[in-house]
Amino acid sequence: MAADISIDLAGVRLRSPVVTASGCFASGREVSEFIDLRKIGAVVVKSMTIEPWPGKPTPRMAETPSGMLNAIGLQNKGVQHFLAEDLPWLNKMKVPVIASIAGNTVQEFIQVTDWLRAAPGVIAIEVNISCPNLADRNNMFAHDPNATASVVGAVKRASGVPVFAKLSPNVTSITEIAGAALDAGADGLSLINTLLGMAIDIDKAQPKLAGVTGGLSGPAIRPVAVRAVFEVHQAFPDVPLIGMGGIMDHRDAIEFIMAGATAVAIGTANFIDPGITVAISDKIALFLELKGVRNLAALRGRVKVE
Amino acid sequence: MIQHIGEVFSYKKLGDEYHLLSIVAPEIAEAAKPGQFVNLRPGSGRDFILRRPFSIYRVNRRGDWAATIEILFDVRGAGSEGFAGLRQHDSIDIVGPIGRGFTIPRKQRSCLLVGGGVGAVPLFFLAEELRAADKRVDVLWGAAHAGRLVNPIDAKRLGASSAFCTEDGSEGHQGIVTDLLPEMIEKCGTEVIYACGPDAMLAAVSRMGTKLGVPVQVATEALMGCGIGICMTCVQSVWNREGTEIMHLRTCVDGPVFNGARIAWDEH
Repeated sequence: MAADISIDLAGVRLRSPVVTASGCFASGREVSEFIDLRKIGAVVVKSMTIEPWPGKPTPRMAETPSGMLNAIGLQNKGVQHFLAEDLPWLNKMKVPVIASIAGNTVQEFIQVTDWLRAAPGVIAIEVNISCPNLADRNNMFAHDPNATASVVGAVKRASGVPVFAKLSPNVTSITEIAGAALDAGADGLSLINTLLGMAIDIDKAQPKLAGVTGGLSGPAIRPVAVRAVFEVHQAFPDVPLIGMGGIMDHRDAIEFIMAGATAVAIGTANFIDPGITVAISDKIALFLELKGVRNLAALRGRVKVE
Repeated sequence: MIQHIGEVFSYKKLGDEYHLLSIVAPEIAEAAKPGQFVNLRPGSGRDFILRRPFSIYRVNRRGDWAATIEILFDVRGAGSEGFAGLRQHDSIDIVGPIGRGFTIPRKQRSCLLVGGGVGAVPLFFLAEELRAADKRVDVLWGAAHAGRLVNPIDAKRLGASSAFCTEDGSEGHQGIVTDLLPEMIEKCGTEVIYACGPDAMLAAVSRMGTKLGVPVQVATEALMGCGIGICMTCVQSVWNREGTEIMHLRTCVDGPVFNGARIAWDEH
């Protein structure tokens, strides 16, 4: 009998622990040419804002060792476009949706949440308070416990579904920020967003990104992400965590689960292998069978630390 | 778009500058249209992970199970260097065919193909399709020097007329393609221009074509993350139909072919 890889994520049953990382899957339409979306746990869509955002100038990406730096600037068509075009399509595909939301002010986060209330098929909201490419980078919400609490609390009060706060690794103590988000009412946490980075073209003596600095993703950041998930799980063992950061195969995914993640999100790997989410999901099931483990919950946080 | 593990059918070095890979990929070859591209995954054991996009140079559809696509490229970095090292029977992970290719005109008959350097690559496939659709094809290639002109012998064969220019004068006219463009349009009775090459060339050709009332389809190049429309890295600034607003369209799936008159060439 096939192993059970379904999970309970903040009270919602998902058929697989594998979800998509926001901004690395658009709304699923393009990748659906390669995979059956019903085989993954949920689609975490690209962050949406109250108005359409045009994003940053190009170049928006620089490839770096075992990873990539991006400064896209949350280009998106706005929450109303999502509700009119993307969500009906996702519902037709019968895949649960986690809506990632972003904004420049607490008010903008509340407005997007209001639009999403009663949106069919949206099982959770992920509050993106950690995008490194906002206009005011020095005031990233997720870099300050009070700012984190004000956004997460406001979204929680306006939302009818569980709220996940997506945190930044670029902080001194991620457990402090995690605690602030949970105190403000977050039902779960998504760990981690990209690491702030920079690359320079030395022939031109210019930054490689038009946005100067950007967010680093890919396998280069995986150990940082595993550590963040581990620390937060140790501090808050009952809180559901979506772990992500450079997951390229099922072994990487299991590393996150053993560190304490309930679900795992695949980001940059989708760019390289559009079939990767389903492949990882299938191989997690196979791994459980081979190890004689009946369900995923038995693996969660299993890393032994003396 | 499909993902396919293809087998290298042949590899050839073309002159000092270019490499030609022929890859068995029947479904991609069958579906491909001129102007589309494929995204190739570098081999394992390297410290870079993203795919590399390549225009489709030609397809060979003879023999269902053995249909091939050809890519012709220069070495720009460690990624393309790896592909230049592939040999017969090596396998390669391909995603394709990707993007909106060139449109074959219904009414217009006389087509001018303008290629800058390695940008001439997708125009060979286009020339074959245009000729099969009974169109007149003329070619105008430009490059830094003679060795950078892509396959001038075949280009001559494909064109009712052909012209070449090099910046150092080592072949044809010494100068750039726009020096010869107005004269070619006049002489060939050009009704549609297809161009591929560096942005500065595409911008100049688009402006010239628009001024002379000849539509210009340009195949653009951009740095890409995913090549399948999900990462938003490769956006091109394009005016909306009304000319009131600039949109950031994805080069990979909304392009790579755009109407040259609609691209906001000075925006990035």
